[in-house]
Amino acid sequence: MAVPPTPTPTRTDRPVLEAQGIRKVFPGVLALDGVDLRLFPGEVHALMGENGAGKSTLIKVLTGVHPPDAGTVSVDGGFQRFAEPLEAQHAGISTVYQEVNLCPNLSVAENILIGREPRRLGLVHWSALHERAARLITELELDLDVRMPLGTYSLAVQQLVAIVRAVDVKAKVLILDEPTSSLDRDEVAQLFTLVRRLRDRGVAILFVTHFLDQVFDLCDRVTVLRNGRLEGEYRIDELTPVTLVHRMVGSELGILDELAETSHTGTTDGPGSGDAPFLSARGLARAGGVQPYDLDIHRGEVIGLAGLLGSGRTEAARLLFGADHADGGELRIHGKRAVLRSPRAAIAHKIAFCSENRKAEGLIGELTVRENIVLALQAARGWTKPVSRTRQDEIAARWTEVLDIRPADPEAEVRNLSGGNQQKVLLARWLLTDPELLILDEPTRGIDIGAKTEIQKLVTSLAAEGTAVLFISAELEEVLRLSHRVGVLRDHRLVATLPNDTTLTPDRILGAIATGATS
Amino acid sequence: MSTTLTKPLHRFSARHAAHLPLMVTATLLVAMFSIGSVQYEGFFSAQVLLNVLIDNGFLLVVAIGMTFVVLTGGIDLSVGSMVALSTMLTAWLVEQNGLPLALAVPVVLLVGAGGGALMGWVIHAFEIQPFIVTLAGMFLGRGLCYMISTESISLTDPTTTRIAQTRVLLPGGLFVSPAVIIALVVLALAFVVLHHTRFGRTVYALGGNESSARLMGLPVGRTKVAVYAVSGLCSALGGLLLTFYMLSGYALHAVGMELDAIAAAVIGGTLLTGGSGFVLGTALGVTVLGLIQTIISFQGTLSSWWTRIVIGGLLFVFILLQRLFGGSRQAE
Repeated sequence: MAVPPTPTPTRTDRPVLEAQGIRKVFPGVLALDGVDLRLFPGEVHALMGENGAGKSTLIKVLTGVHPPDAGTVSVDGGFQRFAEPLEAQHAGISTVYQEVNLCPNLSVAENILIGREPRRLGLVHWSALHERAARLITELELDLDVRMPLGTYSLAVQQLVAIVRAVDVKAKVLILDEPTSSLDRDEVAQLFTLVRRLRDRGVAILFVTHFLDQVFDLCDRVTVLRNGRLEGEYRIDELTPVTLVHRMVGSELGILDELAETSHTGTTDGPGSGDAPFLSARGLARAGGVQPYDLDIHRGEVIGLAGLLGSGRTEAARLLFGADHADGGELRIHGKRAVLRSPRAAIAHKIAFCSENRKAEGLIGELTVRENIVLALQAARGWTKPVSRTRQDEIAARWTEVLDIRPADPEAEVRNLSGGNQQKVLLARWLLTDPELLILDEPTRGIDIGAKTEIQKLVTSLAAEGTAVLFISAELEEVLRLSHRVGVLRDHRLVATLPNDTTLTPDRILGAIATGATS
Repeated sequence: MSTTLTKPLHRFSARHAAHLPLMVTATLLVAMFSIGSVQYEGFFSAQVLLNVLIDNGFLLVVAIGMTFVVLTGGIDLSVGSMVALSTMLTAWLVEQNGLPLALAVPVVLLVGAGGGALMGWVIHAFEIQPFIVTLAGMFLGRGLCYMISTESISLTDPTTTRIAQTRVLLPGGLFVSPAVIIALVVLALAFVVLHHTRFGRTVYALGGNESSARLMGLPVGRTKVAVYAVSGLCSALGGLLLTFYMLSGYALHAVGMELDAIAAAVIGGTLLTGGSGFVLGTALGVTVLGLIQTIISFQGTLSSWWTRIVIGGLLFVFILLQRLFGGSRQAE
């Protein structure tokens, strides 16, 4: 393969696209704060950052979907202010999105050229159209029948056609927004071949992805965003996967150091390591969600799941709750084979799942704390056996006290509670069903430090009482503090399960996330 | 480049999936005509087919307009009312205001196209469901008829009656009405527009995926307004043809014709979800509907309501067929 031109950070030639000091505020959120980005002709440039770092917002600013509140965008040195996507396209910035934005009912040729069809006497010149489309396709060394409806080709090919269309608009800048997330390995390779070919023709390509190895495979330079700010611009050969993850995750690692050391057990002999596990998964997998993984969870054990957002953490957990169907592997609960066809089946096996999206998937804001807490219990009993009001009051009062829900008023409407207290209400609901395995997906995200500590304490004491806990969190310190073992996910694969002994540090976990190695 | 990846998933069915409903309808048409010819004496003649067109020329024009709308994934419930309003307006202008027919016709066509464009604009600008907007248009149109007159207005104007009685002779002793010629011209025009103009291709793109069409930089808003204007124009023209056929304007003309038009488009192979279908299929659909009526009138003992029952059954079958094709059209 040809040696890619490696642009240096101190390039003297002019960037084809330059964004400076971009600021974008949405109601209540500062999405971008003084972000710069430079793209040079003939480079593939990665835009990296965790979810919520501002990648999508930046792309939307560059493509004219959102005008920036401050800052400038210039193309070829001329300032631009795009009011709509079409204007950005005319300026030479084309975008290919994660979902294919073409029309499956039209032919490949039409999808490439519609809106710019060759015409004769006002009518579409079909033979010229097919000829031109076929020429574009062969120029990029693809092999497609341009007369076939686009919908008859695989998603990967549709993605390639989208790129061909984008490039034919005489794009100087091509933005690829997570184009590989639904493609398999061979399809990704095919896409990369096309991207490299376009790079060699002098197109500047901005590549957004969650996959680290793809960045190192394809890109020349990287811009990293963190929490809406520019973390930095690097040449790819200045970075290793580990340092890149460090740049993306940043100093958040230190936040929880201020917390009182709560209850890190630090034991090397996790509870029940000799016993038969409560739950044991072998080769459990779901196409597009998570690759086959093995996992044992014992009673009284806290297992942390670490990994970047989008690495398959939630997907792995959802299989254990029957929220998604596994399409491979088997699951044993108490040593017996179990097929979880629905969350109901999982609940019957005493598995509970607190989702990370508490507003959308859990709580009903208009109901009171009491009503929200008894919901799952009532559902488990069936509607013919109502829980009496006295019993409801008892339950609500007890759990409000145990979890220190504030305000300590079971009749308060849930929507008026803070995020942390809402999370506790959700927890109370599931704890009431007396689960043997509690799955917590990002239980501490977006809640204040105090509530965080309490939830962490609760997890520890539940485990001490014999409940198995699967704890998913983006905060490595938290995972380390609570877990007996830590599963590390990377690119939808469980790459390591590390015992939480004294040698396990956030850096070692980061190392596993970055390289996939278990050391 | 690996060739396995770039092969379409199912080459044969892909090429022909869109044509298949059309072939099914054509087969059905041949079958119906054969059965009619075997069963009833005098059925087997070209004139029987031409009579179907004479009796349904106005429906064909209306259904062609409807096909434009349905191809974008929309629907136009106002066409029946628009037909009635056109008969009423023509009769009122010509009979009661003494306007020459040559002036009344452009006025009626303009009202139809304008009304359609207005509905299209409301649908686009306020992002309202076409169903609701055209439902409002349907009530409005019918109501406006009664504003003109609650009674039927007969047309006695000499020019009008002369045109109504005109028969265009064809070789072999066959004949058609001028309405049939007009309907066939509209059909040919619609075919050229849909398959060979940028506007027509945008109509298909819009039906395939509206948000994609927008991101591809196609004039989505303009096209939407235009298809409803085309539908309005076609219903006004259909109304004029019905005026010649009935020689009267009446508020209760063409009640439920919007549903016949939709049925013709669906039986002709147009997907109600948009993006797939042919205007030629719509012509076959109209012929199927007309032939059902003819067979039932030849049969002689069945009530004319049997037409509705058969159309209902056919619709079910075709919608199920569409569902099956729809499933196999998906790439996944």
